[in-house]
Amino acid sequence: MNLVTLAFYFFAVLTLAFAAVVVFSRNILHAAFALLFTFFGVASMYVLLQADFLAISQIMIYIGGILILIIFGVILTTNITGVEVKSDKTGRLQLVSAGIATLLLAATLIGVMTTTQWNTAEVPAVDATAEAIGTGMLTRYLLAFETASMLLLIAIVGAAFIARKKPV
Amino acid sequence: MEIGLNHYLVVSALLFTLGLFGVISRKHAIMVLMGLELILNAANINFVAFAKYGGMNMDGQLAAVFVIILAAAEAAVALAILLKIFHHFRHVNIDEVNQMKE
Repeated sequence: MNLVTLAFYFFAVLTLAFAAVVVFSRNILHAAFALLFTFFGVASMYVLLQADFLAISQIMIYIGGILILIIFGVILTTNITGVEVKSDKTGRLQLVSAGIATLLLAATLIGVMTTTQWNTAEVPAVDATAEAIGTGMLTRYLLAFETASMLLLIAIVGAAFIARKKPV
Repeated sequence: MEIGLNHYLVVSALLFTLGLFGVISRKHAIMVLMGLELILNAANINFVAFAKYGGMNMDGQLAAVFVIILAAAEAAVALAILLKIFHHFRHVNIDEVNQMKE
């Protein structure tokens, strides 16, 4: 068992364990902080998959942006000064049926993914990916890149418009 | 044992189902959002795994970049809507939010 294998299993267990904390925890703040470690685990998956640019983006955007937004959301929509940071689950019937459905889905997904003969190719040599991603964004994916920038602008303006205090 | 494509696919499948369970079993809207983020991350792991092992190279990673961009936009708009819901109902339990008028 070499170091990469060991690192993979460590980060896989870390990611899934904290994802389970996110889903099963009754305390929303605990869930939000467990989400931090899940995002870190996914970033380390990217590192193991030789995607260095994506790993940095994951840490900067997910942890530095989305997670902060979510924690702000928790603070602004929950009475944090009181004791009520708890999140109720739905009824027992829904919980049981949701559990059964997702377990079946998990079994199906894992069965399909492990039994399919994927069309694999040669693993490329390790190389920095930032240059290739930048070139791709300004050549083949230029339209998608510009659309994404417009989408972000519209999303920011729209979010500020929706969340402002008083309607005009 | 060598780590291959299947290992990453299994991790991603488990992450996806955990996220899906969070989305359909929780009342609090922010918990639903966290489940959504887990689902998007699972999809991203698949993209990057196929970028390395499936011969997609940069195309897979670029798809993952666009997923991250969409996740950021989605989180911003969703939290703005949640703030509005909280101001109106004083809670964000999505099973009790059942009217859109003032």
